[in-house]
Amino acid sequence: MRATLERASLKAAGRGQNRPRLAKAAITAVLLAFVLLGMPQLISLYYVDTMTQVAVYSMVTVALGVLVGRVGLAIGAWAAARLLFATTQPYPVILLEAGLITMVAGTAIGLPALRLRGLYLALITLMLAGAITVVLATVNFPNGGHGFTGYNGGLLHIPPIRRPSIAASDPAYFRYAVIVAMVMFALVLAHIKTRPGRAWAAIRQSEPAALAAGINTWLYKLWAFALASFITGVAGGVLAGSVHYLYSIDFPTQDSITLLAVVLMGGAYSLWGAVVAALLYQFLPSLLNNWGVSADWLVILFGLGVLQVLTTAPAGLADQVPRDLARLGRFLRGRLIKRRSTA
Amino acid sequence: MIEVEGLTVRYGGVTSLDAMSLVFEQGTCGLIGPNGAGKTTFFNVLSGFVRPAAGTVKAFGVDLLSMAHFRRARWGVRRTFQTEQAIEELSVFDNVAMVHEHSRLGGASRRQDVLDAIAFTGIDAAPEARVRTLGAGQRRLVEVARAVVGRPRLVLLDEPAAGLPDEETSHLADVIRRIPEHTGALAILVDHDMSLVSACCATTAVLDFGKLIASGPTAAVLRDDDVIRAYLGVA
Repeated sequence: MRATLERASLKAAGRGQNRPRLAKAAITAVLLAFVLLGMPQLISLYYVDTMTQVAVYSMVTVALGVLVGRVGLAIGAWAAARLLFATTQPYPVILLEAGLITMVAGTAIGLPALRLRGLYLALITLMLAGAITVVLATVNFPNGGHGFTGYNGGLLHIPPIRRPSIAASDPAYFRYAVIVAMVMFALVLAHIKTRPGRAWAAIRQSEPAALAAGINTWLYKLWAFALASFITGVAGGVLAGSVHYLYSIDFPTQDSITLLAVVLMGGAYSLWGAVVAALLYQFLPSLLNNWGVSADWLVILFGLGVLQVLTTAPAGLADQVPRDLARLGRFLRGRLIKRRSTA
Repeated sequence: MIEVEGLTVRYGGVTSLDAMSLVFEQGTCGLIGPNGAGKTTFFNVLSGFVRPAAGTVKAFGVDLLSMAHFRRARWGVRRTFQTEQAIEELSVFDNVAMVHEHSRLGGASRRQDVLDAIAFTGIDAAPEARVRTLGAGQRRLVEVARAVVGRPRLVLLDEPAAGLPDEETSHLADVIRRIPEHTGALAILVDHDMSLVSACCATTAVLDFGKLIASGPTAAVLRDDDVIRAYLGVA
């Protein structure tokens, strides 16, 4: 009898918890439908382009939430550009290959970094970002030339990097980018809701506790590197088609620091945080540019933003804004009821 | 049965465990001693976090020290920590399931085994509740549930009642006492609360400055002159 009661109350508790989850899923579905169907019709080509970059960078930021970011993006973009010039393979295959190549490279880079954590891991990541800038400046992005690097400095007419035939126009490519981002988000979600996600949560909080739970921390850290590299590699592939021409000066080292800042501001460990971070990174500069405001203000804004988030909301804006809005709603409702009762 | 033979651990010039030899037979055994006596070091050796300078540990006939640390948990060595380490981001269920999915047990019985472990410890929260929303006592119980889920062989409890009020300590004592019977595992309890040790453990061993100074039935050990001297510093 007692067991039945316990089970019943457990189920009831489960249902209670499911309601907000369902509401969240419904909101997400409506938002995605709007982004895919409505948005490209409503906004100008300038913002379609911006939002394509948001989709690309949401993949990078979600991967940064798992681990490292921009180095993978550059490797992925390079690999995809090289393959797109060299072969006639369908675009999804190219994306998969760019992802896998970046995964192998990222994991190889990650191996020595596995012994590090916290500040030292962050330092290594930034050092790598610096190193990749030097490598890119030497090797250059493929521009339709021959040989391993696919770069020809003397080329007069540089062919554009091709796009998939179903997504040749900017709005169509935007939808394509959003769908690829959705697949990558689903991949991350499938990880964090299951065995590896639990293991990563344990490793993040306490490595001894993870080991005592039988988790092979080395393997799971490597897995995180592999997944993050794969996703940024795919994002690099999408970026290549989006911009048509890739130049190494488009990947300055300081962008890695800005990226880290927006990820902290958005919320490092949540999927919504990744979207917020990508919006901050790509949409906000476009908006300011359109309004004629100097982009230098962003540096100040991001600096203040990181301070704000680190002191008041370690889980980022994606956690803080809904929580504070709910609090404001409760406060206003309380005031309203009070006024009514006094009247 | 755990047979410890000549176990020695050194940190630089400090000898934390000094040729410790002891046999833990069955049931719940106590391990007590003043601060710095080497109790947690002993647990860390069993978990594989510390490599001893000398000695052997045989657990149910298996050479424990030759196993990699994360494999020991899979084999059946479970533990709780002095500073509680329930994973805040995960739910109660996921905290316990995490141990089960890295054990040698299959997934078929996972849900039931996890719910059984949660019910066994009497955690007063829904399995879906996030650990960060729980109080200290409940979080301790989550750690204990992690230690007993599935088929543990050896359960190490490192000051599980530290900082808990009397009521929660007595509930915890009741849970600890039932661990060997419920799981078939051998449990070792480290604590400074002598009433908890007396309530849970039939036998107790005492460490002081890394040396074993007494072992035997708990009541007799607690009356032992050497033990009283070690604790109170009487000349």
